[in-house]
Amino acid sequence: MIDGRRRQAFAPREQRLLDSLQATGPRYYALVGGLVAIILWGLIAYGVQLRYGLGVTGLRDNFMWGVYITNFVFFIGVSHVGALMSAILRLTGAEWRRPITRMAEAITFASLLMGALMPFVDMGRPDRILNLLLHGRLQSPILWDIMSITTYLTGSTLFLYVPMIPDIALLREHYARGPAWRRRLYTILALGWRGTPGQKHQLETIIGVLAVLIIPVAISVHTVVSWIMAMTLRAGWNSTIFGPYFVSGALFSGAAAVITAMAAFRWAYHLEDYITVRHFKRMGYLLIALGLIYAYFTFNEYWTPLYKLATHERGYLSAVVSGPYARIFWFTQIGGLLVPVLLLTLPTISWVPRLQSAPLLQPRPALAALAATLGLRVFVSSSGSPAAALGDVAALRALLPWVLTAAGIWLFVALLPFFRARPIAAAVVASLLVNVGAWLKRFVIIVPTLQYPFLPIRRAPVGWAVYRPTWVEWSITAAALAGFALIYILFSKLFPIVSIWETREERGTEASAGEVAHAPVP
Amino acid sequence: MLTRRTFLRTLAAGAATLVPLGGGRFLRRLPLGRRSPVPALVAAPTVDRTLVELNGLTGGAGAAAVAYAASPPQPTGPGIPGRRWVMVIDLARCDGCRECTRACQGMHFTPAGQEWIRVYELRDNEVAAPYWFPRPCMQCDNAPCVKVCPVSAAWKREDGIVMQDTSRCIGCRFCIAACPYGARSFNWVQPPETEAQQSLPYSDEWNQRHRKGTTEKCIFCPGLVKEGRLPACVAACPMGAIYFGDQEEDAVTNSQGETVRFSELIRQNAGYRFLEELGTEPRVYYLPPRKRVYPAPPDEPQPATRGVHP
Ligand code: SF4
Ligand code: SF4
Repeated sequence: MIDGRRRQAFAPREQRLLDSLQATGPRYYALVGGLVAIILWGLIAYGVQLRYGLGVTGLRDNFMWGVYITNFVFFIGVSHVGALMSAILRLTGAEWRRPITRMAEAITFASLLMGALMPFVDMGRPDRILNLLLHGRLQSPILWDIMSITTYLTGSTLFLYVPMIPDIALLREHYARGPAWRRRLYTILALGWRGTPGQKHQLETIIGVLAVLIIPVAISVHTVVSWIMAMTLRAGWNSTIFGPYFVSGALFSGAAAVITAMAAFRWAYHLEDYITVRHFKRMGYLLIALGLIYAYFTFNEYWTPLYKLATHERGYLSAVVSGPYARIFWFTQIGGLLVPVLLLTLPTISWVPRLQSAPLLQPRPALAALAATLGLRVFVSSSGSPAAALGDVAALRALLPWVLTAAGIWLFVALLPFFRARPIAAAVVASLLVNVGAWLKRFVIIVPTLQYPFLPIRRAPVGWAVYRPTWVEWSITAAALAGFALIYILFSKLFPIVSIWETREERGTEASAGEVAHAPVP
Repeated sequence: MLTRRTFLRTLAAGAATLVPLGGGRFLRRLPLGRRSPVPALVAAPTVDRTLVELNGLTGGAGAAAVAYAASPPQPTGPGIPGRRWVMVIDLARCDGCRECTRACQGMHFTPAGQEWIRVYELRDNEVAAPYWFPRPCMQCDNAPCVKVCPVSAAWKREDGIVMQDTSRCIGCRFCIAACPYGARSFNWVQPPETEAQQSLPYSDEWNQRHRKGTTEKCIFCPGLVKEGRLPACVAACPMGAIYFGDQEEDAVTNSQGETVRFSELIRQNAGYRFLEELGTEPRVYYLPPRKRVYPAPPDEPQPATRGVHP
């Protein structure tokens, strides 16, 4: 009976949220099982690496850092936005933030754990890890990294936990008759929260202080991460803007990760009442703004040395812009930056629905047009008979990029009406692209520079002059991604992924100050 | 006036308030409050654990960037007092025979794939003549590798040698990333050892045993130098292209027994240091490849992956 009455204290959408804490099914177990399997596989790979040494990776003397450090920078970057965004939105009193702050903060927590793991995976002598404490030297950026990451991890964990206390108290009541472990967990974590005005006042003060403190900490963390490269003399790393450049990239990829998480939880836990299209639109605007800032820094970072073409910088610059790394680099710029921004902006244009009736966007005429163009090109470039040109494999291969580009543009334009009708799908595709691009961009920052040191790579044993990651590195990377997802999912099974008490308050403010809550969406 | 030293000291004071991990020892040793000639961030390890200043460095470095060691890495101590070892490589004499590399490999049993002194074929531009360029570790006075090492496994001795403590190295490879000369190698796997090698002790001064997951490099053969002998590569050079000696004494010697004034040698032959513009203050000097008596290397430098190791 008591339980029944208590249940009624929750609004329907809150009830659904609470149910998500327990709802499991075959799909849930399949997902968790799959993640655990990937993690186990990664552990086996790490075991192999421990046994035989880092020689089982593609790393060699010239490429002393690779995928692991890429993962490190990537995860720390993704971790960036959660706490930072939530702090800024809290401080500025943006009401729409309420259903998503906890998701964002939990991303910080999960990806920071994975990011912090990576340097240890990368260590040649993990057995000597204590030397960092016994013989640590303050002038090494690695020590700065350790200090800033532990500070950030502590700060962001608190920042995740403190605003959760009233909800944990709610759960304590809710599970008063539930399983013992849950009861005990929530009782301990609720810290005796009763919701008295005094407690509420304290809570709000602490959240406010934490929100202010976490901003400089978050910014400093990624700055320091960039310094493990920027503090060296290597052309391509020796850059004064690496700090802000990395911070902007981190914010961009982190905001994208939040969008992905929002969509995933909305779909999995049926949170449509909490996370609305409005939220995706707002986050989309944020992503556009952050993307433009990031593009500005990227342009600065590459254009200034490109203009000067100083001796030592030529190597990595040409490798990135037109050499072996050009494909990855341009993918990060077009697929990971331009297309996502276009995806978030173009579908809102009023004439997009009319595209559907454009004949050239129908598959068959489009294919015909493409084939005709290509035929013309082959004919012109061979300036002989078309048949001879078709037999020329090299000519065909040269055409491939053009075909792909044309098909890509066609697909993009043809899909615009679809994305106009489904803004959430647009936001998710954009954010996934951003994250793939973000990982690859970190790779392009780290590896090409190593290919072009001051003294050219000479007399390296066969295979040491190029970097090819091995299955060990990929397995551990997959395991890290799986670990991130698993921590996140388990978190959402322990605590409501949307803040109950904060979204309750939102309803109050919306009623009283509707103008603010519904400020016109640009 | 804000000099480099006061700036560094201010920086260190600020950093010291950051509650460093394992910084207790660092704090105790910070020369704050006391007038110390050494920048606070770069203190030198000595046996009696006092701070030392390395005076009179060329290039106006003031004080060398020296490893701060919580406890002096064993067992070599601070180096030989009053000495500052220096190497001069005469590119006009080097004919690219790689005897130096082989001697080094024989002396240290360097693992496969590693050349602690590597001979490059270089050509500065398309018009310039190609030349052979042996590259040992430059034993930089403002050593990037020493700066970044988190555990002072890379550390600087008073006599100028940048040492490598493979019993302390954690294998982060930051030093490899930081070294502009590519002078550092990593033991990616446990290097196989011969029986003769296994009978030798692990010694930082001799570097004949190797450990998996640690970084190694040329260290100017301090074991031989202590005995008054030339480093293995210097002694092996059939052309007498490499000189080794003490900058304080102003004398360097090559394998042919020629002992010359270091300062004269550099001045007469327009000696220079490689990548001087980086400010690493190398302890290795080069004499330009002028008036050569040997065939120059092939015009086309070897492709990156050619060159097979023993
Ligand atoms: S040459 Fe490289 S390894 Fe040697 S001291 Fe200089 S930075 Fe360190
Ligand atoms: S690899 Fe070893 S010597 Fe090099 S920076 Fe790391 S701990 Fe120091």
